[in-house]
Parts: sequence; C-alpha cells; structure tokens
Amino acid sequence: MRLTCPLCGERDRREFTYYGAAVYADRPHAGAGPDAWDDYLHLRDNPAGETRDLWYHELGCSAWIEVTRNTVTHTITATRLVAERERPAKPKGRGRRA
Amino acid sequence: MRYSGLRVIREGLSGNRGWTPAWRDPAPKEEYEVVIIGGGGHGLSTAYYLAKNHGITNVAVLEKGYLGGGNVGRNTTIVRANYFLPGNQEFYSHSLKLWEGLEAELNYNVMHSQRGLINLFHSDGQRDAFARRGNAMINQGDDAELLDREGVRRYLPYLDFEQTRFPIYGGLLHRRGGTARHDAVAWGYARGADRRGVDLIQNCEVTGIDIVDGRVRGVQTTRGPIRAKKVGIVVAGRSGQVAAMAGIRLPIESHVLQAFVTEGLKPVIDHVVSFGMGHFYISQSDKGGLVFGGDLDFYASYAARGNLPMVEHVMEAGMTLMPMIGKAKVLRSWGGIMDMTPDGSPIIDRTDVGGLYIDCGWNYGGFKAVPASGWCMAHLMATGDPHPVARRFRLDRFLTGHILDEEGTGSQHNLH
Amino acid sequence: MRIAGKGLIDRSETVGFRFDGRDYTGFRGDTLASALLASGVRIFGRSFKYHRPRGVMTTGSEEPNALVTVGRGARQVPNVRATVQEIHAGLEARGQNAWPSIGLDLMGVNDLFAPFFGAGFYYKTFMWPRAFWESLYEPVIRRAAGLGALSGKSNDEAYEKAWAFCDLLVIGSGPAGLMAALVAGRAGADVILVEEDSRMGGRLLLESHQIAGRPGADWAADVLAELGALPNVRLMPRTTVTGAYDGGTYGALERVALHIAGPDDDVPREGFWRIVARRAVLASGAHERQIAFANNDRPGIMTAGAVRGYLNRWGVAAGKSVTVFGNNDYAHRTARDLSAAGVRIAALIDLREDVAMPGDFPVHAGCRVIDTVGRRGLREVVIADREGKVSRIVSDCLAVSGGWNPALHLACHLNGRPDWREDIAAFVPRAGMVPGLTVAGAANGAFSTHACLAEGAAAAEAVVEDLGLRAAKTDLPQAEDAGVRIRAYWEVPEPKHRAWLDFANDVTTKDVRLAAQENYRSVEHMKRYTTQGMAPDQGKNSNVAALAILADATGRAIPETGTTTFRPPYTPVSIAAMGAGGQGKGFAPERRTTSDGAARDRGAPMIEAGLWYRAAYFPRPGEASWRESCDREVRMVRERVGVADVSTLGKIDIQGRDAGRFLDLVYTNTFSTLKPGRVRYGLMLREDGMVMDDGTTACLGEGHYLMTTTTAAAGQVMRHLDFVHQAHCPDWDVRMISVTESWAQFAVAGPLARELLNSVLETPIDGAAFPFLSCGEVRVMEVEARLFRISFSGEAGYEIAVPARFGAALWRDLVARAESLGGGAYGMEALNVLRIEKGFITHAEIHGRVTAFDIGLQGMVSAKKDCIGKAASQRPGLTGPEREQLVGLRPIPAGRAIAAGAHLFDEGAAAVASNDRGYVTSVCWSPTLRSHLALAFLKDGRARIGGRVKLVDHLRKAEVLCEVTHPVFFDPEGGRARA
Repeated sequence: MRLTCPLCGERDRREFTYYGAAVYADRPHAGAGPDAWDDYLHLRDNPAGETRDLWYHELGCSAWIEVTRNTVTHTITATRLVAERERPAKPKGRGRRA
Repeated sequence: MRYSGLRVIREGLSGNRGWTPAWRDPAPKEEYEVVIIGGGGHGLSTAYYLAKNHGITNVAVLEKGYLGGGNVGRNTTIVRANYFLPGNQEFYSHSLKLWEGLEAELNYNVMHSQRGLINLFHSDGQRDAFARRGNAMINQGDDAELLDREGVRRYLPYLDFEQTRFPIYGGLLHRRGGTARHDAVAWGYARGADRRGVDLIQNCEVTGIDIVDGRVRGVQTTRGPIRAKKVGIVVAGRSGQVAAMAGIRLPIESHVLQAFVTEGLKPVIDHVVSFGMGHFYISQSDKGGLVFGGDLDFYASYAARGNLPMVEHVMEAGMTLMPMIGKAKVLRSWGGIMDMTPDGSPIIDRTDVGGLYIDCGWNYGGFKAVPASGWCMAHLMATGDPHPVARRFRLDRFLTGHILDEEGTGSQHNLH
Repeated sequence: MRIAGKGLIDRSETVGFRFDGRDYTGFRGDTLASALLASGVRIFGRSFKYHRPRGVMTTGSEEPNALVTVGRGARQVPNVRATVQEIHAGLEARGQNAWPSIGLDLMGVNDLFAPFFGAGFYYKTFMWPRAFWESLYEPVIRRAAGLGALSGKSNDEAYEKAWAFCDLLVIGSGPAGLMAALVAGRAGADVILVEEDSRMGGRLLLESHQIAGRPGADWAADVLAELGALPNVRLMPRTTVTGAYDGGTYGALERVALHIAGPDDDVPREGFWRIVARRAVLASGAHERQIAFANNDRPGIMTAGAVRGYLNRWGVAAGKSVTVFGNNDYAHRTARDLSAAGVRIAALIDLREDVAMPGDFPVHAGCRVIDTVGRRGLREVVIADREGKVSRIVSDCLAVSGGWNPALHLACHLNGRPDWREDIAAFVPRAGMVPGLTVAGAANGAFSTHACLAEGAAAAEAVVEDLGLRAAKTDLPQAEDAGVRIRAYWEVPEPKHRAWLDFANDVTTKDVRLAAQENYRSVEHMKRYTTQGMAPDQGKNSNVAALAILADATGRAIPETGTTTFRPPYTPVSIAAMGAGGQGKGFAPERRTTSDGAARDRGAPMIEAGLWYRAAYFPRPGEASWRESCDREVRMVRERVGVADVSTLGKIDIQGRDAGRFLDLVYTNTFSTLKPGRVRYGLMLREDGMVMDDGTTACLGEGHYLMTTTTAAAGQVMRHLDFVHQAHCPDWDVRMISVTESWAQFAVAGPLARELLNSVLETPIDGAAFPFLSCGEVRVMEVEARLFRISFSGEAGYEIAVPARFGAALWRDLVARAESLGGGAYGMEALNVLRIEKGFITHAEIHGRVTAFDIGLQGMVSAKKDCIGKAASQRPGLTGPEREQLVGLRPIPAGRAIAAGAHLFDEGAAAVASNDRGYVTSVCWSPTLRSHLALAFLKDGRARIGGRVKLVDHLRKAEVLCEVTHPVFFDPEGGRARA
C-alpha cells in the first residue's frame, strides 16, 4: 500500500501512522455536551466504501494527512494536509441529547 | 443423528451412506419470534442458547453467505480466560467453562485443546502488569502461574533466550488456555441449533430493518421480508452497516487483522505462545500447521486482506522470539474484518429501538467468546435483561465513561 | 531413464547427491525430481493421511506429492518440492511422513482403516471421555499428521529482504512473458522479468514447439540474450512472485543460494523482495490437472505435461512403457514427443470418441481408465471401453491430462473472482482485478504458443503507451496456434476404489460427495470439511475438479458453485525470508545514550526502556546483589549527590507567538503565564480524558518552550502535539520539533548537588538566585548548556543538558566529581526507589486507564480554560468513590516483602473477584524509611488513608496486611527539593 504525502510524494505505507476516521479532526467546542463528545470520540460511520481518514507521516515530514480511500478496495483517490482542510464554520457540539 | 466412535465405525462399514445432513436448508418463513442477523459463531451460538436455555425455537438465523464464513472461520483459534478488568474477567471465565463442556453439549468434536497458553514478558514493568492479570484470573477462579525465565525455558526450550532484542524475563502460564478447531465450533452450534428447530438460512442478506413506532417489526432480505418480534444484530465487522439500517451509529471502526499458517509439520510447538514485545502469538494446529498472527494492519478496511508491512513485522517478531521456525514456510495468509471498539471490549445490549438487540465489538478476541456471547445474548433477548456476566458490555458506556480498556490505549479504535 | 540426445541439461557435468541414505548422480541442470526419476526412483514420500506411497506428479512448484526434507541439523528444511530443488554437490534429501522409511512405512496401516477416516470423521468421535482429548487422542493425531519436521534448532543462516522498483514487472518467462519483456524493454521501460524456475523460458523448455522455425528453447535463449544486454531490464530467475498487494506492490521470493554447494555464510539462502511496479504483466502459465479415477495416486501416475516435460527439458523418460490418458488434444503431445524419442507408448486413451492420432501406438478413443495396479508403483492400467469392456495395459507410467487451469492466483489476490469459460473448461481472470496488472498467455486462458506471444506483446504495448514511451515495432515470430479441444471431464464415474482429488491432503471424490451429503454444500464448507485445497499446493492440482464434483453432487453449475478465495503466498515462503533481519537484535532498533559506554565500562547492567538502554545500577566492589547497589545509590542521593542519565526522556522544542496558548490547550494546567527562566510540571491528557503523560516544560524565552516527556510516551506525545496543532489550530503561530537526541541530559541530585554543579559551571549559581523550578542557560567547560532546577528524587536537584556530542565527556566528569564528594552515578533501580518514596508516578501508574482524579491531581485541571481531554474526563463513570485512587501502602510489619501486581481486599474478605478493591502498581524497599513501600490503586482510596487493607498475591503466595497512606512517603512538604 502506498500513500501520497502532499509534501513528500508517494511513499510506502510503513512511513505512516494511522489514526482513524477524519471526523476526529473536527473537535467539538469546549462547551459542547456529552453527546457531542461521545459522537466525536467514539461513534463512527465506518463506511464500507469511500472514507476519509487520518494518517501521520511519522517517518517523513510529520504532516497529518487526510486520505480519501476505499475501505473495500483500498483504492486511494485523494490526499491533502489536515492543516489545509476547510474547517467547520461553526463550532460543532450539538449532540443528539444535548 | 448422534455422533460417536461406534457410529463412525458402523457407517464406515456400510460405505458411509447413512450420514445425514448436519443441518437443513429451510426456506424462510414469513414470521419468526426471533431473527438473528448473522450466521457466524456468535449468531449461531445465540440461536442455540435461545432454543436450549430459553425454549425459544421459532428462530431464524439469516446469513448472507455461508454459515461460519466470517471471523469464526478465519482466526488463530485461541481460547483463554486471562482478562483482568471486572466486566471482562467474569465473562471470559464463564466462556471458558462453557468451552470445557462443549463437545458433550454439542455432540460435536470442536477439538478444544487445553494445551496451555504462555504470555511472555520482557521487563520488570511487564512482569508487574502480568502479575496483576494473573492474580485477577485467580481471584476470578481461573488459573494462572507466574514463570521465571528458567520456568519458561522448561516449557519452551526453543525460544531464543540468549540474544533476543527483548530478553525473556518470564511468562504467565494459563494451563486451561489453548485452542479449538474454529470451523467445528460454528458447525457444532449450527447443527445443535438446527436440531432444536432453528431455521438456518444461508445466502440470505438482510437489506433493511423494519421499524414502526420505535419497535422492530422484521427485516427485509434478499429472500423477501421476514417479520419478527425481536431481532438481534450479530454481524461483527459488518455491524456498522446493519446498525445503520436501524438508524444507529455505533462506536465501531472495522479493521483488518491478518493471520498465517505454515505447511504441515510434525509436532514442534505444544503450547500457545504469545510474545510480549512484538504482538506475535503462535500455536500448532492438529494438522501440523503453525498458526500465528500479530497486530492489526491499523487502517480501517473491509477487504479481509492485508498488506506486507504487517506480514513482515509478524515474521520478524517470530524470528526474534523463536528462530527455529525460520525454515517453516508460510502457506497461506488471510485477513478478517474486526469490529474494533474504543476500549477493546464488546457490546451486548439493547438498542434505542424496541426489540432490537446488538452483539458486537469483539475486536480481535471474538473466537473464545463464542459460547458466552451466545449464552448472554440469548439471555438478553429472551428475558430483556442483561446476563450478570455481561452487564458491563453496555452500548452507552463510552458516553458515561464506564469503559473497559484492558490495553489502556484509549479511545483510538485500532489500538486495542 | 535418461534418453540420449534429449534435454537441456549439461551432460558434461555430473553431480552427486544423496536421497534417503543412498548416493545418486545427476547432471548439472537437474532438479532432484528429474535426477531421481532418471535413476528409476519412484517413491518420493508418503501421503498425509493414509501414508500411501507417492511419486512425483509435476515439474513445478505446484507439486503435491514429491515433498522432501533437505539438509541436516539447524539447516534442515522440510517440505521442499523435489521438482524445484536443483541438485548440487553435497545435497542431502530424504522422504518424509514415514517410519521407518518411505519404502516401508508402518503408518501405512492407516490405509486399511480408510473407510473410517472419511471427511470430517474426527468431528464425530474422540469426544469421550473428555480428558482423553489432550492426553491421548490429540497427541496421536498430531504425531500422525504433519509432513516434514523442523529441526527445533535456531536458524543459523542468512536471509535478506530488499526493495525493487520498476515500470513493468513481468511475472513468468514463457512465450507471453518473454514477448512482454522484449516489447517493453526495447521501448526503454524499466523492466523486471521474474521467473520461478532456475532457467528462463517457461513452457518453451518443456515442449517441443518451434518458434520462428527453431526450437522454442533456442528462441527463448536469443530473446534472453537481448534482454540481458539491455541496461533497463533486470532478469530475476529462481524468483517467485508470491503475492499481489495494494499500490502496485508485489512480494517475491528469490532462492539465492539453495542451489549452491556450500555457499559462504554471508550469502543469503533466500531473499524476500518487495517490488513496486507501475504496471505488471502476469504471464504465469497454467497448471495441468488430473482426472479422478480409482487408485489414481500411485507412483508413476503424472500429468501428461510433466511426462513430456521431463523428456524435453531433462532428457528423462518417466517410464519404460507409458500410457497416456486425457480428455484433450494436449495429451496427445505427450504420446507424440515420447514416441518420437523412442519411448514405448503402451496406449493413448482418450475419453473423447472422435479423436484420431497418427502414431506408432494403440489409440483407445472413447475409453477411460477405471483402476490401476501396483502398490509401490504403477504396474498396470485398467481401462474400460464405451461398452464397459475391461482390459489391462501393462505400463509403469500413466500420463494424465484433464485440461489446464490458468495460474491466475496473483490476479485474484485482491479479492477478485475469476470467470468460468466453458470452451476451455477453466476459470480465467477478469480484467482489472489487480489495478495495473494485465494477464497474458496461458494464465489468461490463451493456450497456443502464438496466442501467448501475441498477448504478451499486446499487454506490453499497452503498458508502453500508458507510460508515455514509444514502442519499437516488434514482429511476432511464427508459432503453433492450435485451438483448445477439450471435453470437460473430472472423474471416472462410480470408481471401485478411492479416487484422489487432493493428493497432498488425501482427499478423494468420496469425501467431496460425503460433504455434500451432509450438507456442507458451500464450496467453502466442502473445502473446510474435507480439507481439500488446504495442503501445501493450496489446491492448485485439485480445486477446479473438486468444485466440479461438488457442483455435480449438489445439482449446480460450476460458476454458481464458485471458487474459494485465492490468498498469498502463491507458493509457500519461509518465515526466515519474510522475517529476515528480525532474528536476534534485529527486531527493533537499539537506542543508546551518550553515557552508554561509560556505564557498561563500570559494569552496569543495561535494561531496555522502550528502544533505549539504560543503566540499572552501578555495582561497586563488595556489593553482592542489585539491592545492595541500589540501596547505596539511594542513600548517596539522599545524603550526598548522585548523577543519572535522563537523556532518554523526550524533549520537544516548541516555539512561536502562540506557543504558550498551545501549551494551555495540550496541558491541563496553565503555561501561558509561565515566565522565561521558569519551569512548571504539567499533566497531559488524551482526548478521552485519561492521563497520557506528565513532565516538566521550561520557558526558555519569550515564545520558546522546552517540553519534557516520559521516555515511554515521547513518540506518542510528539504525534499528539503535531495533531493538535495541525488539526485544531493550524493558524496559530507555533512550531515544534523533537530534540531528544540533540541533547544529553543528566540529573544531579542530592544535598551536594549545587556544590558539584558549581565545580563545573563557569559561573556558579546560588540557591536563592536559581530557585526550585528555575531554568537558564549556563556554560560548562566552555560549552553552552541548559540548566533546569527540577527533581524526580525529591532532593535538591538539577538537570543539566549539553549538546549530545559533549554528553560522554560531561558524564564522566560529573560522575568523577560526584564520587569525590562521596556520591556517584545512580541507575534506574535507585531512580525508581527515589520516586516511589516521593510518590511520583510513572507509566506503571499512568497506564492509560487513569484520570487526573484517580492520581489525585484533579486540582491541576484548570477550571478557567479548555484543554485536550477535559470534557471527556468529566464523564460520570470517571469520578467518584467507585474509582480506584492512588494511595501509598506500607506493609505491617515494615519488613514484609510485597510485590507489584498483588490485589487488595478488605481485611477479612475472601480474595475473590467480587471483593477486589484494587491492585499494587509499584513496590520498593526504601532504605530511607527502612520499609517496603508500594504505590497502589484502591477503590475510594483517599478516604481510606490511615486504614488497613489486605494485599493478596496468589501467584507468589503472599498475603500481607498493609497500612493505607498518602502516596508521598518521604518529605511530604517538599522542603528538600527547595533547599
């Protein structure tokens, strides 16, 4: 498996450390309710198909990267820097039961 | 048909023509009292114990592929009760006791072999952590013994005691730990459930869950709609998709775990051995193959196959721990879809939808849980109340903070 | 029997070797199989279950029967395919799975009990009595099962791993592969051509075909000569591509020295390659399949392609009188080639009625083989004609062809399922199953030589265009283009005896039908119930026939029945090869501090701390145990001065206008108020509210901080900081980098610490001007250094950091000066005692399941600001009396030893899980307090301070009453550190 780091180019998977679904980059605001935090920390769409997830170019440039990837075929269609993604306009934090 | 040595001889003498089907292939009925989605180990054992323990036989198990085709047919077959957190320890202890009577219970030889499991440790800190675990196991009524380095050498003389990167300080021996023949577990439960009247319906994929006024009414399948008063979701790695049919989002990420088997070899590894530094565990099957595995590939996946980095890492761990396996040749590698939770412990619980239950989150330890998982899920579905040994496996424990994190690695799904 | 004038072996060079204790000779170019066949050897081994005598069946790695053990002692390799092993001087091989020998195997008695050993019989018996499974049944089964044996000795030979990159990977060097490599190579693409065999040419070496009017092997040699001269083409013989993985990555195993007599020790036996290819062409050919008939497993029964292959490639006649049996035209080639070479063809039996085959031998059209005779090797073939009339043919070799299965395995490794093609009665790969990989030639179901050449060329032309290169015109040479003529035929119906499908696992047609009868109807159920396809050949010889029979038994079509999953590796790969580099110290990198050499010089035992090595203690003459040294080092620090290397702690340099704000976000407490020259202890949570790490952070100047992490969590904290920054506040002005290895850092602790330091500092410090939790730049022996006044021992303590290149010198100097003051170096053991006496935590306590509340540091979680983990740490399940809280324990009496890992119970309560109140995390003997001490987590522990608990350690059979104390045992006011 090979990933393209936006800064370093195509590299073998072993240079990267995986975190999980990309929603983890969008942290609720400080005053968000428990459900928002539960949602953020634990609940996942876990799609069988295209997903976005977080990878860290640990043995490279230290960039966190959002990878668009298919969980069934492992096909990678896009990568971009987490730091350069558009961030949610409004603070997140309205949970189901908040 | 009852299986026995005498029966094998009798049938053998008459050309083996008398063997009857292990289970029927019934057409789905329009309605059942209980529908179990998922014909893997946990789904089949749930159906079995619904019938056996609770007398509920109007049950269908719906399997999209073939029975036992998921992780129960694709694992490293280890059976153990060596957990240390309250919530886990009583559950796995119960499961091991069920294992110990499983052949008699099912009249099917699942080849449960209590050959002993040795977890190696490689530092004083690891020894302390294993001592805590071992004492917890004994508190629970299970067995554990702390071996020093020489103690380990007596059991496992072939380990590299001299030059390994992480020297062996000792090991925790769990004599009642061992292995079982994985497929046989699924088949034994399937046959047992079928004999008690459960309909096992293969090639029947659930495509929707019917909910009216907050209560489950049945399921839509590729073989038509089926009504049911209660529905249990027992689909391991596919839990996210099936729960989504009921509008439920789960604390689960599905990951790939690889495992490996070598060509057949004469007996050489008599125990289950687990390396404390490299996430490597190994045993030898009765057929002679070395069966071993390591850690997840660490990325979310439904592909049921992995990649070379973890393959090589596992082999390297094997070579540093027991370099005598170097000349064994890996025959096959495979991958399963692991339903990873944020604390590494499972979920057996009601959902917000009336009559809809879920059993999932087995991470990569689901095989040994098969008997108790079915036992407790059946109890929950039949009585509406959680079984005492599974009462902490709640769906909302992440919200409330009552987490069961044996690894101590936190809410990152792939670290358990 | 060797046939004069035939074969591609070098008859000028004789090679001696041993098999099963006897000496043989062959020629250079022989495999073990060809040399033994030439010598008349028929039995190569015993079968897995019934211990039937078995001979060689194929010419390739798919061989199911001729598995032998090669070598002796630690170099013994089991399950080697005699068809792949090249002979060399000193080669020593033997048959396996037999006792006392493959000729006379007493386990052969199993065969008599075959009626009771049908598919899955073991699931139905051996259940009673329960205790007999481990003590009797299983040991017997295990001993009978298995094939070859490992030596049990550690590997002592070299193995290697390597990377390769290319534009085009061509897998297989038959006509399709050679054409593909030629077209791409001439166009200038970087090409790697891999071939499993020792010699390139594939099927061209085994057939008598002509290409461009010359023998195929000659044409192949010319192409290889051209390819070998191209700088952009790499030829890799003896290399098997074993797996296709994501992103154009392929695993490949090279047999580097398995064919060499006495290679040097540093020459790897095998090399495992990861080949990253932009494109690939799979030209792996096809495997011929058997037909199931009664007793079709006898030595002498082979595939038809193998029989003519041994003749054409190695000049060996596999029998004196050969019968050919098939359902397709390819079988006829065997009769033709052997007959032309003067080998007697006893008969050609074709299942089809409309065949004509000119030749000097009898042709039986529309007939079938119904049985064979010859326990230790084929003697007679029993056939029946279309009316059922039975006759016998004396024959010592039966060449069988049931058709050919494309070797499409690699194309299916990414979960693709192949398509069934009725016209060739075989599965073929579907296009696009592996991104970037094209299948060509026989692997794609194109069996004629012309079609192979054409498909190989076309595949390469497409790749060349794809890569933006220009293909030079390459003409296709003239070659045979015979169509496939086959009648699908899997088993001779109603065999009187067992008819084998899976030779390697002893699975017969009866077993498959029994599985269907018992409703193991899914192809996966049948496989798992019968074990068909699970043997060393992974069903290469039997899968298609078995599922065809299953389809028949269950009334389904073959495509509807489906295939099992193709998985890597294509052929078995030794663990030593894929795990090369891991053995011994190679498993993980070793990190050493700058004081490592000095510590070892002093005889300090080095212990692993993550990847680092740290000194456990520094023994002095007269000290008999680690405890004596440790106690002395503790006293030294408490009474004089000690020096410890703390360089392994993570050090992260953080700079920027928003650096303070950033630290406020990652620490529970506030750092933005920290003034330059000051140090603060910080607590860091994971986002789930659990303690991730603790440590001090120093403010070196405006917007410039140096964070210290624990040794264990350094990597995790670095990842975390990068994440928090890049995900949550990328627009903040803050940058961070690990400087752990840039600095050597030493703790100097004890009442005489300042005196020691001032002896090396260019400008001495005084206690008031450099108070506790100060930091600043200093000069030590003309070197810029950093000084921190912090303490992990509870004593007046400093940590001094110098650029790593000065570390070794400063260490030696500091230790010498400490010794002159009555102190010295101290190691991890003393460090641990000192910190337990002070109630300082390490990862024994912050093990990932504890909150700030649990360790009594809830007050450090600032109420005034947000921080990572704060919200989640406030979940109801993470606070309150049900939580286990950090306490100290003192045994009663103080001299009673206690051990970490013990559990805690109320006095008088039984030591069972339901009464469990907590557990011990760290213990030590405190020479300072003359008592064993422990840190522990105890339910509602803070409320129980002053009370008693019972400590129970079942494992070490100890039960000790303990007093519950505050976790800080020594100097609770902290006056000593501030002195």
